[in-house]
Amino acid sequence: MSEVSKLTPVLTARWDQADSFTRRNYEKADGYKALRRALQRKPEDIVEMVKDSGLRGRGGAGFPTGMKWSFIPPQDPAEPKPVYLVVNADESEPGTCKDIPLMMADPHVLVEGVIITSFAIGAKHAFIYIRGEVLQVYRRVLNAVAEAYEAGYLGQNILGSGFDLDVVVHAGAGAYICGEETALLDSLEGRRGQPRLKPPFPAVAGLYASPTVINNVETIASVPSIVSGGAEWFRSMGNEKSPGYGIFSLSGHVTKPGQYEAPLGITLRELLDLAGGIRGGRELKFWTPGGSSTPMLTAEHVDVPLDFEGMAGVGSMLGTRALQIFDDTTCVVRATARWIEFYKHESCGKCTPCREGFWWMVQILERLEEGNGTEADLDKLLDMSDNIAGRSFCALADGGVAPVVSSIQHFRDEYIAHFEHGGCPFDPAASTLFAQELGAKA
Amino acid sequence: MTDVNDVQPDEAAISPLDDTVRAEMAEIIARYPEPRSALLPMLHLVQSRQGYVTPEGIELCAEVLDITEAEVAAVATFYTMYKRRPVGEYHVGVCTNTLCAIMGGDAIWDDLSEYLGVGHDETTEDGKVSLERVECNAACDFAPVMVVNWEFMDNQTPGSARELVDRLRAGEEVVSTRGPRICTWKQAERVLAGFPDGQATEGVSAGPASLVGLELAHENGWTAPEGGQRELGGSKK
Repeated sequence: MSEVSKLTPVLTARWDQADSFTRRNYEKADGYKALRRALQRKPEDIVEMVKDSGLRGRGGAGFPTGMKWSFIPPQDPAEPKPVYLVVNADESEPGTCKDIPLMMADPHVLVEGVIITSFAIGAKHAFIYIRGEVLQVYRRVLNAVAEAYEAGYLGQNILGSGFDLDVVVHAGAGAYICGEETALLDSLEGRRGQPRLKPPFPAVAGLYASPTVINNVETIASVPSIVSGGAEWFRSMGNEKSPGYGIFSLSGHVTKPGQYEAPLGITLRELLDLAGGIRGGRELKFWTPGGSSTPMLTAEHVDVPLDFEGMAGVGSMLGTRALQIFDDTTCVVRATARWIEFYKHESCGKCTPCREGFWWMVQILERLEEGNGTEADLDKLLDMSDNIAGRSFCALADGGVAPVVSSIQHFRDEYIAHFEHGGCPFDPAASTLFAQELGAKA
Repeated sequence: MTDVNDVQPDEAAISPLDDTVRAEMAEIIARYPEPRSALLPMLHLVQSRQGYVTPEGIELCAEVLDITEAEVAAVATFYTMYKRRPVGEYHVGVCTNTLCAIMGGDAIWDDLSEYLGVGHDETTEDGKVSLERVECNAACDFAPVMVVNWEFMDNQTPGSARELVDRLRAGEEVVSTRGPRICTWKQAERVLAGFPDGQATEGVSAGPASLVGLELAHENGWTAPEGGQRELGGSKK
């Protein structure tokens, strides 16, 4: 096979088309053909195919998708329980901004993925849980589902196959924690969004205590192209353990922030080249590979492959490929303090280490930022991190300590500079996009 | 400056929770295998009628779902989009999570808050604009980001933010930078309850930042490999 292109638009390929979000335009681009193919096969063939493709969950954790589907237990014919598919469209991880434009521009690829996946796992009811704070995205997906019903892609006896499926598009109401899959289920059941203890895993006891598959938007949207192109085609991009393409979201101090769809394993150096480098010829200082919950990295990591193993190898995580880029005008203490304020705000309050821990951390980080801290505060922050991570029900706690631990690891001197100089040595105006307008010193 | 906690709800702005609302709640419940799943959209519906989650709305949700008012209130107080006091006709959010804050969100917030004379979760005296520091709204490539009634206003500056609220307060039509005309907060809440308003096709497919990678691919002739195997139903080579 010839060398794969640097960028490989599949999910993003139609985003520049006028009215790409209508069913008519999706069908013109061969939309819903994968569904017709899939419905002629056995559901277990689809599961096998997705397993063979090696697709790993695109919501951050990277669990093999086909394997997740195969955890749905065989039905007891005497007492069949309904199986549910739930799409996690609660995109809220700081830095993550790929699912929202996907649903805005191409909601039908998600709907087609939902139908094929439901067929594969035997679900007759699927839910798309979209965060409430993105009104037009909710409108577009709601509209796409209505259009799919009109065309007979949803409802009873879909395309004469005998398969029935109903899809509900559900709006959340503002809570980061609902992106955690079991909190999402509680929220979808009309409760406070608080994570559940696992096991039982959702595949056994999920929505309404029934077997449930929960997948991220980008994961489900990848299914139609895998069905059309085949597992081998999917594997012709990326690498052995991280196959396929994914959307890389560059934000912050880059010349051209935006969405870049590429094979997994591309490096930040390559992406920065494509994005015109760091703005104004400045230097890269630190970056997150996949949202604020993935430990930050520095300029020394720009050649590490952005895939699951590569990022784990340098003590971080691929996460959601939300590459937040900060240049040398940025105060890492300020950035970290603000992230911890976020985790404090979003802690659901269920587990004491997370609820109390971030509350205390914010106060320590505030005094460090103001120049009133001491070196003992840094040790205290690390000690607290040890007592928060791994001691709560869900991964919010683990993710929340990531910026603290990694920033102290890479930038301990900068913390010290704050209390040695009696305050922040950086000019916040210099790191804005309108630095000159604000009369920045830098 | 008026703290929202001091605002007396404007009785005229509150539509009653009448039989129409009950019928719409029944419609929401019918979407789900189990009724209680309807609670979040029902609370959005209450806000669309009454401007916030009223005690009356809590009572009605409890009655309709046959759960306690405490259970409804517990849910209503968990989520930030449910308001306990009326917000402005235009609820304006400024992202002050780390990335937007650093790119200029903090400067926008400070300036706008001073300009309007209101702080976080407060409403201007004319009832037109309320302000909220919002967390990451999934538009980081358009930083600094604001939202009005949960529609994106991308790539803002302190100046553009002032102009935006001026236009909103003057009653001018404002269009999202990559979406539809901005509707009222109550209309937005009605949509979130699952009742479409016909605006789904307004606005572009994608904003400029969403397209930078695709445009680069076009310029360089980069594409995904041809789908080869066609394993399912297609002809094999």
